[in-house]
Amino acid sequence: MHITQGTFSYLPEFTDDEITKQIQYCLDNDWPLSVEFTDDPHPRNVYWDMWGLPMFDLKDAAGVLMEVNACRTAHPDHYIKLNAYDATLGRQSTMLSFIVQRPQHEPGFRIERQEGADRSVRYTTHAYATEKPIGERYARS
Amino acid sequence: MADRWSAGVIPYAEMGYWEPDYVPKDTDVLCVFRITPQEGVPPEEAGAAVAGESSTATWTVVWTDRLTAHEHYQAKCYKVDAVPGRPGEFIAWIAYDIDLFEEGSVANLTSSIIGNVFGFKALKALRLEDMRIPVAYVKTFQGPAHGIVMEREYLNKYGRPLLGATTKPKLGLSARNYGRVVYEALRGGLDFTKDDENINSQPFMRWRDRYLFCMEAVNRAQAETGEIKGHYLNVTAGTMEEMYERAEVAKSLGSVIIMIDLTIGYTAIQSMSKWARANGLILHLHRAGYATWSRQKNHGVNFRVLAKWMRLAGVDHIHAGTVVGKLEGDPNAIRGYYDTLRLGKMSADPVTGIYFDQDWASMPGVMPVASGGIHAGQAHQLLHHLGEDVVLQFGGGTIGHPMGVAAGAEANRVAVEVMIKARNEGRDFMAEGEDILKNAAKRNRALDVALTTWGDITFNYESTDVPDVVETPTTV
Repeated sequence: MHITQGTFSYLPEFTDDEITKQIQYCLDNDWPLSVEFTDDPHPRNVYWDMWGLPMFDLKDAAGVLMEVNACRTAHPDHYIKLNAYDATLGRQSTMLSFIVQRPQHEPGFRIERQEGADRSVRYTTHAYATEKPIGERYARS
Repeated sequence: MADRWSAGVIPYAEMGYWEPDYVPKDTDVLCVFRITPQEGVPPEEAGAAVAGESSTATWTVVWTDRLTAHEHYQAKCYKVDAVPGRPGEFIAWIAYDIDLFEEGSVANLTSSIIGNVFGFKALKALRLEDMRIPVAYVKTFQGPAHGIVMEREYLNKYGRPLLGATTKPKLGLSARNYGRVVYEALRGGLDFTKDDENINSQPFMRWRDRYLFCMEAVNRAQAETGEIKGHYLNVTAGTMEEMYERAEVAKSLGSVIIMIDLTIGYTAIQSMSKWARANGLILHLHRAGYATWSRQKNHGVNFRVLAKWMRLAGVDHIHAGTVVGKLEGDPNAIRGYYDTLRLGKMSADPVTGIYFDQDWASMPGVMPVASGGIHAGQAHQLLHHLGEDVVLQFGGGTIGHPMGVAAGAEANRVAVEVMIKARNEGRDFMAEGEDILKNAAKRNRALDVALTTWGDITFNYESTDVPDVVETPTTV
């Protein structure tokens, strides 16, 4: 299983050089970058953990990549994404967001169906990984 | 002034509807009409007649005007220009006081502006080219139920066009088979699938059956990809009561989006927009029927005006042209439509056919939808012409893929992502587009087959409608 959240999930994993080019594009647009990580990849998990604050004042692509790599070292088995933010009036939202690390094995999701009346079904998307407590998910054997 | 009130017929211009010295107020609704007067009718008189017939006038003098502050309520034609290169056509600029219009009602606005006047005998043809909606009037409308930014945050999708497909064949599939197409397209990589405009509730597939099978498909695809997916469930029906009933069922099944057709009418659209905001569903509008009155250059209503009305009425999505696909659309004119839907403020620009500055006063943008004859091989052109805040709908270009629907979806997703990557890396993606796609296709068989199947398909016809400043129609 390969979760396809993020801007570039259908392309091969980016090299550090490719990541740096995307960072540079964001910096050229005055979009500060931020790094987030999680071990709960549910599609509606909005608030991944922040790797520090958004880097509002960091204008150097290599510096941003250093933070990505620091997060990778600290959380080698988590999902990590890189976000760019545009604070311009009328936007005030994320402009680019792509996964830069994913666990070696992604167990994915099962769908739970609660059958109701009149053939209606209530659906729940359940991440297998979250069956284990935080900290034990995606641990390498 | 005594003559002004003599019983009988006097020219509109002399009744006060032609006022060349008039300085429009910030609160006026302004319109630009393309008028083609009958032989012998002076253009100023024709412009005054349009102003009169779309505001207070009737064909003869009425003494009851004198019971009103009539000068306040009269629309004023304040400028008439000949159209270069098009003999017999003139552009008339008309100002309407804001008091002429009911707050928050597209129906009322259009009943005045395009009510009786389009059948007026003194004109051979009449076209509403653009409108300036004053901020004071903008603020009386709800606007898009959610808008572009909220939609992206809701769906957790940033930095690339959203991808969709309309289920084909348009008519005849059973609900169960229909859901199969939805499932395959979404699991393959699309964000959305869509009911077509004429899929409502017919004998071959009733609406509730379709909703149930489609939501099974949406949820299966979501679990398989870990990504939020949606299907535009068309709630269009014969009455508001039935539309609300269908929308409520779509909501109860967990759909993120519903759709309506333009044919339901402006008031029904505004009602559904209120419903969509109150219930948290994105509202997609299919512009079914618009080209019956928007396509001809000399008569009707330009699409840029409909785009403004629909932003006021409050839809989140509207089909607005592809440039490169199978349906009518000049690149510059379409840029003007997209700007109208997406920008917070815009300036007059003759190249894109925009006559007025327009301030939307923080009303959210509408996501334009490009649909009709587009495919993965055009990813560079689509990104160049349409930008990033757009839904690209590859219907045939997904479902017609020789390896199956999911492969078609994957090809489209790969093509779009690789083009965004190239653009962000600073590459000249328009010039290198085909190479970028071919390189990506070496690693992705679905894209390779898509390029082989459709790579050469283009629809190069001259547009029937282009902004006047463009001397020769642009082909893509």
